[in-house]
Amino acid sequence: MEPVTNHLLSLILFTPTAAAVFMLLLPREKISLLRNFALAASLIPFILTLVVWAGFNPQPTAAMPFQFVEKAEWYSAIRASYHLGVDGISLPMVLLTTLLTPLAILASYSIQERVKSYMILFLLLETGMLGVFLALDLLLFFVFWEVGLVPMYFLIAQWGSKNRNYAALKFVLYTMGGSLGLLLAIQLMGVAVGSFDLLELYQRWPGLNELSIPIGLSVSTVKAIAFWAFVVAFAIKVPVWPFHTWLPDAHTEAPTAGSMILAGVLLKLGAYGFLRLVLPLFPAESQQFAGALAFLGVAAIIFGALGAWAQNDFKRLIAYSSINHMGFVVLGIAAAAGMLNTTSPVGLLDKTIALNGAVLQMFNHGLSAAGMFFLVGVLYDRAHTRDLNEFGGLYAVLPVYGSVLIFTAMASLGLPGLNGFVSEFLVVRGAWPVLTLATALAMIGLFFTGAYILKALKMVLHGPLNGRWQGHLTDMTRREVLVMAPLMILMLVLGVWPAWLLDMINRAVAFLF
Amino acid sequence: MQFPILSALIFTPIVAGVVLLALPAEQKDWIRRVALAAAVLILLMAFKLYFSYDPGKGGYQFLEEAAWLPQFGISYKLGIDGISLPLVLLSGLVIFSGVLVSWNVEDRPREFFSFLMFLGASVLGVFCALDLFLLFFFFELAVFPKYLMIVVWGYPKTREYGGMKLTLYLFIGSVIALVGTLAVFPKYLMIVVWGYPKTREYGGMKLTLYLFIGSVIALVGTLAVYFGSGLRTFDLLALEQAGFPIEFQRLWFPFVFLGFAILGGIFPFHSWAPDGHVAAPTAISMLLAGVEMKVGAFAALRVGIQLLPEGAQYWAPAILLLATINVVYGAFIAMVQTDFKYVIGFSSVSHMGLVLIGFATLNRDGLLGAGMQMFSHGVMTALFFAIVGMVYDRAHTREIGSLGGLVRKMPWAAVGFIIGGLVSMGMPGFSGFVSEIPVFMGAWQVAPLVSVVAILGILITAAYIFLVVRRVFFGEIPPELDQSVGDVSGKDKLVIGMLSLVMILLGWFPSLLTRLIEPGVHSIVALMGGGW
Repeated sequence: MEPVTNHLLSLILFTPTAAAVFMLLLPREKISLLRNFALAASLIPFILTLVVWAGFNPQPTAAMPFQFVEKAEWYSAIRASYHLGVDGISLPMVLLTTLLTPLAILASYSIQERVKSYMILFLLLETGMLGVFLALDLLLFFVFWEVGLVPMYFLIAQWGSKNRNYAALKFVLYTMGGSLGLLLAIQLMGVAVGSFDLLELYQRWPGLNELSIPIGLSVSTVKAIAFWAFVVAFAIKVPVWPFHTWLPDAHTEAPTAGSMILAGVLLKLGAYGFLRLVLPLFPAESQQFAGALAFLGVAAIIFGALGAWAQNDFKRLIAYSSINHMGFVVLGIAAAAGMLNTTSPVGLLDKTIALNGAVLQMFNHGLSAAGMFFLVGVLYDRAHTRDLNEFGGLYAVLPVYGSVLIFTAMASLGLPGLNGFVSEFLVVRGAWPVLTLATALAMIGLFFTGAYILKALKMVLHGPLNGRWQGHLTDMTRREVLVMAPLMILMLVLGVWPAWLLDMINRAVAFLF
Repeated sequence: MQFPILSALIFTPIVAGVVLLALPAEQKDWIRRVALAAAVLILLMAFKLYFSYDPGKGGYQFLEEAAWLPQFGISYKLGIDGISLPLVLLSGLVIFSGVLVSWNVEDRPREFFSFLMFLGASVLGVFCALDLFLLFFFFELAVFPKYLMIVVWGYPKTREYGGMKLTLYLFIGSVIALVGTLAVFPKYLMIVVWGYPKTREYGGMKLTLYLFIGSVIALVGTLAVYFGSGLRTFDLLALEQAGFPIEFQRLWFPFVFLGFAILGGIFPFHSWAPDGHVAAPTAISMLLAGVEMKVGAFAALRVGIQLLPEGAQYWAPAILLLATINVVYGAFIAMVQTDFKYVIGFSSVSHMGLVLIGFATLNRDGLLGAGMQMFSHGVMTALFFAIVGMVYDRAHTREIGSLGGLVRKMPWAAVGFIIGGLVSMGMPGFSGFVSEIPVFMGAWQVAPLVSVVAILGILITAAYIFLVVRRVFFGEIPPELDQSVGDVSGKDKLVIGMLSLVMILLGWFPSLLTRLIEPGVHSIVALMGGGW
């Protein structure tokens, strides 16, 4: 049992890849076998994550900031190692990933073409995402950051809808463009400090002086380059307005499960980058530019919501809603950044609350976005259109679907009693004292959030029934309900009793910042 | 006495080449088997060397020395270090792959495989030679078979032009390098060469003439360094310690480095590469881009940087500039190509730029990266050209506009090309990434701007790779191709699988090569008085 318990994180990380490689040997015609195998394989990391959760000590200490740590030689020639670990911020993200992947695979049972390639790509994608959350070495972080891009490109380009080629190429080039800045910064930091190890960087990067770096640039220049390169790369991924323009196309054109993962997990990689790297390594710069970041967060909230409101394509509306919701994450991070070196107990409390809100919003949005995209897909599979104007009155014909859609939409809207409210409230409460104007504008933005959600519900479910659907639509199948059930349960539980998750996040955030 | 494995390594293909010429031309099966047997032997020996080299001890190992022309200080001296060993391994892989993908060559296979073997011997010889004269000898040995293979077996539309242009440029490069060692500049020769009209009919004949003159000058040229050192020897190890005066180094380094680097594809003398590679038959393209360009870079390192280190330091900024242009310019030009093979040809120019940047940093990280990149790019480009050849053999066109949807017909080729493409854009998880990182790290230490500019090359590469993959392998398959195109053969799949596996393994376990390259780099850095 020892080799297993000592390497839980590696197992979580690489089981999907091993499964993907094994799937190469399976015959491509046996579609049921392929799907079921992929689903079963994706459940293994999920179960292992629960094992890690059970063994996780919620309170981090200076001696053990990360748990389940694994370290091994990897690329010692340039001082990069294979270093994994989790803390109270990354473990919820790992849980989100390992939960959403099996659900997305289950959602993909409606895919009929080239199922083998599809499932293999999906499993490889999972490893990419998990690696970002688990890595404690900058170079390793980057490896997994990039690795996730390629399967997603092919998922969009091969199984997406009409405009998929454009969307896929835009997605991959835009994101890679940002990643290159990230790569430069990482190289620079590795050279300056002489190591890529994150824990070493945390210790030595703040105290860097001119003499220790073998580069012909001043320390302040090096830090400035690295800070901005990091910020741009993560800003593209979150996405922070105005680096968001790849998102509507990518999310809309991707196949249903691809959108679930894109919105559910991939966007969180960017926010995670801010929390794990930008704030701890660049506290002074983060504080200096917190106001600008807050402004951009509010822009995302308001413009994202207005953009969603204007949509006639159901899926594109949800895509813009992701920009809207991630804006709250950015606002929370910005608020915390603005208060990074505060010492007053009130300030500390506000900062912690804002960060709690940001991390919880990352988790919550993962659930609700995945749910909403799946529901759009459910409707599309039957109606073969996403045009809101074509629908109407569907509640009468699809009562189960309608109920599930309303439930999920309410969570997305931030209805008290469901998860969205908790995280949005925390962000607003934490940000208000330090970013009053921004927070006020954000709350006005919430009006528009309500507007577009209710608009979507009205156009789809209420009003007169469009005759063409009479007798042509079937309600949700058992499989589809099964995909939504865990998400809905979690949305409710987190809405009324968030402590089981929030406690872990809170301790980690309070410890780190 | 220890088994002279390096001699065996070099003479196996020579013997095979001779044996092949002796076989009756109709015995095509036997011809192929002999070639394959030799290629397998070479690969096995390369692996044996890989596992037997002692990285802890470092330095040159498997030394063999025999007197050859002692009155001139010329010896038959062989040895490999951590830099040349990966290149020997690369050669083994590419020769083996080259034989497999050429299995169905119908036009005079006897001569084809025989010359392929001679080419293989030549590259192996350059990598193993520890005597400057011997190195030159093997270096020049390649030119004639190369020319013939392009002109005879190459692609009809471009082969004469491609063959001549390649040979012309390489000859000029050789001449410049020779001039460097000769300390005499045959201006008149340059004028005559350049002044010659590039017409097919004259090209072949004039080329042969010039190559012959070039080889004679090579012999004379190597005497110059020999005289310059005052040691009366061509022994590379002795010359490394010779310590040429700094003015001598600054004056002659560019000749030596540039001359060899032309074979490595340095801007602006790179344009022989796309034309030459495109005109060549598949296996030769693989060898040319995969190995020969590394021979040039390697010789620039061995003879230029290692013998004239102060000269290298003086000229490093200029090399950095040119190499950076390689990276970005090469990528841009690749992007606008309409011929599938030209895309690959220009991408080689771009990637060799990274090798040259790594060299020019003259520090541990950059040199490590250069060493890795030579291997990684060699494998990648061999895979690329192999697949391009597979596509052309079936579709009979290389125009991207006329291709499409090939993933349905040749899934292995599609996946192999995608893997090669990912390596090409430096995607983590593959060998390209682990090779590029140290190069950039090295560049940050000497010229930060180089890193920032060169990284653009990666983005541009990503763009054209995704576009080419989509246009050639996905989308609609043109009706003419739908009827005629079939899948690749079992041997082709073996090549694709093997080369892909190598690149993936190296991407996840870079220590597989760094354990060799690091000690090699250590020695070079020590030559420049650098610490660790």
